[in-house]
Amino acid sequence: MAWTGLSIGLDALSYGMVLFIISIGLSIMMGLMRVVNLAHGAFAMIGGYLASFALKSAGVGYPLAIVLAVLGTIAIAFPLEFLLYRRIYRKSDELTQILLTIGIAFVIIGVANYILGPTTKSIPLPPLLSGPVDLGFRMIPAHRIFVMICGVCTAGLLWLLIDRTEFGIRLRAAVDNGDMAESLGIKTQILFSATFALAVGLAAFGGVVGAELLPVEPFYALRYMVTFLVVVSVGGAGSIPGAVAASILLGLADTTGKYLAPEYGEFFFYLAVILVVFLFPNGLLGRRH
Amino acid sequence: MTDRAMVDGMSPPRFFVPLELRAVAITLALGALGYTLFPDDLAFLTRLISITLLVLSLDLVTGYCGVATLGHAAIYGVSAYVVGNACLAGHSDPLLLLLVGAVAGAVMGLVSGLLVTRFKGLPQLVLSIAVGQLIAALANKLSSLTGGSDGLSGISPGRIFGVYAFDMYGRTGYVFSVAVLMVVFVVLLRIVHSPFGLLCQAIKDDSLRARMIGARVYPRLVLMYGVSGVVGGIGGALNAINTGVVGLDSVGFERSAEALVMLVLGGAGSLWGALIGSIVFQVFEHYVSAANPFHWMTMVGALLIAVVLFAPKGLVSLGGLLAGRTASVLRRRP
Repeated sequence: MAWTGLSIGLDALSYGMVLFIISIGLSIMMGLMRVVNLAHGAFAMIGGYLASFALKSAGVGYPLAIVLAVLGTIAIAFPLEFLLYRRIYRKSDELTQILLTIGIAFVIIGVANYILGPTTKSIPLPPLLSGPVDLGFRMIPAHRIFVMICGVCTAGLLWLLIDRTEFGIRLRAAVDNGDMAESLGIKTQILFSATFALAVGLAAFGGVVGAELLPVEPFYALRYMVTFLVVVSVGGAGSIPGAVAASILLGLADTTGKYLAPEYGEFFFYLAVILVVFLFPNGLLGRRH
Repeated sequence: MTDRAMVDGMSPPRFFVPLELRAVAITLALGALGYTLFPDDLAFLTRLISITLLVLSLDLVTGYCGVATLGHAAIYGVSAYVVGNACLAGHSDPLLLLLVGAVAGAVMGLVSGLLVTRFKGLPQLVLSIAVGQLIAALANKLSSLTGGSDGLSGISPGRIFGVYAFDMYGRTGYVFSVAVLMVVFVVLLRIVHSPFGLLCQAIKDDSLRARMIGARVYPRLVLMYGVSGVVGGIGGALNAINTGVVGLDSVGFERSAEALVMLVLGGAGSLWGALIGSIVFQVFEHYVSAANPFHWMTMVGALLIAVVLFAPKGLVSLGGLLAGRTASVLRRRP
């Protein structure tokens, strides 16, 4: 029984870490720019497509493929930021944001599938990550351990970036009071663009390393759109510890539900969401805006 | 309010035609037009009408109350399943089934309203999604009631008034649906222009101010959600009665998102907008989606972006603008 619990815990943790890596970008964007970006999953999907293309058609190595995917996704997303996202930072109502970003997600899905075809894109793992690792009580795919390490590193680096650097100080100032930060000479527009690039890059990174758990397929952007949004809402927009807690909690709810009552699908996941959001409308660790 | 008057197409009252009468005339004209254009595809039109009711229902909460929701199909789907089960249990009178659907929709609407309108912003959106997904997961699980992924089939309603049977060409179903749409539309026009409807719009514009003048915001919103549930429930009931099958797609996230897209395309906050958006979207979908679903997604996405950027009030505002221009051009002539 204890081993089952530990098994569920491990699976939940690796799933939660994937959720975290992808959602944290969305969370930061929501905390700073107040944008409900439903196209976030589409950027993760672009990352997955690019990595798959780089690995299978261009034949580059796994680490380089990740880097290329992240940079490529940022390059693709940047015109969208310049033309569209800038209009909805901070001021628009949610409905406008939802519609604009759903529109962007639809266009990305349509175009991506037109160019690359409507099949599931596999991202082959290097030999080092594809084998199992014996933990003594069960075998676990090495890839899951890699995902957990990636998640922990992402959280740590982000914390350093936001808590310890000049950029982070400006970012936090802009989150707390955008107008005041602007009048103190912080160029919030540049800050927003940099944050957007960071968020998109994280989405692409998560899309690539999480591809074993969330397979990259034509409707990826729609299928997980809701999941990422839910993680942000449960954790509290803009909070790194909140996103970690929410990812693990929701990963646990989902994995436990699927282990113990698979026929209920995502029932327990959404039940947990309703309970948490009803009790903590600003998220577990979020702040009131 | 001048804006709304323009949107509803109230020209200066030279000879005054009551709004309700105009609505009756327009729905009947649209019904006749549909019958002439698609005489061999009435099944498509009845489906269109059923979805139109869902969009109208969404308009009541999103357009008139400012509640952003991506889980409205829960109301539609639950009511369709309840009606399907009622029919399979032997209650086959179509009017009774409509009533059953309306009640089921009202209950579902009140429950979602209680959850969703409690908060604003992100928590509201996420709660609406979560309610929708919860219902979708349940529909998949309770396959004894819903047929699971096979769908609930074999629903065969009886004769309307005991006289008019549902024929295989769907003529009876079509006339029945147009009539239902007409009645619902007229009643909704009355409701949104009633003091209650106006109060809901006031809450949407500025909920703090509405509270200050003594409106009880939360109960009003929940009540409007209930009304919206009745309309969505009737839509779901029509779906079950006309097609005889209820599938998982009728509770899914895609259905909710699509309804929102239709509403915004036509113009949220106007019943005419909901009507126009739903018709335009579905007629286009009928042709383009059949050719290539991914081209269709790209088009819808681009259209959404264009609407948000260039016509934030939807097609209906463009229509109003055009009508205004034409009127002023005509007036300038001697």
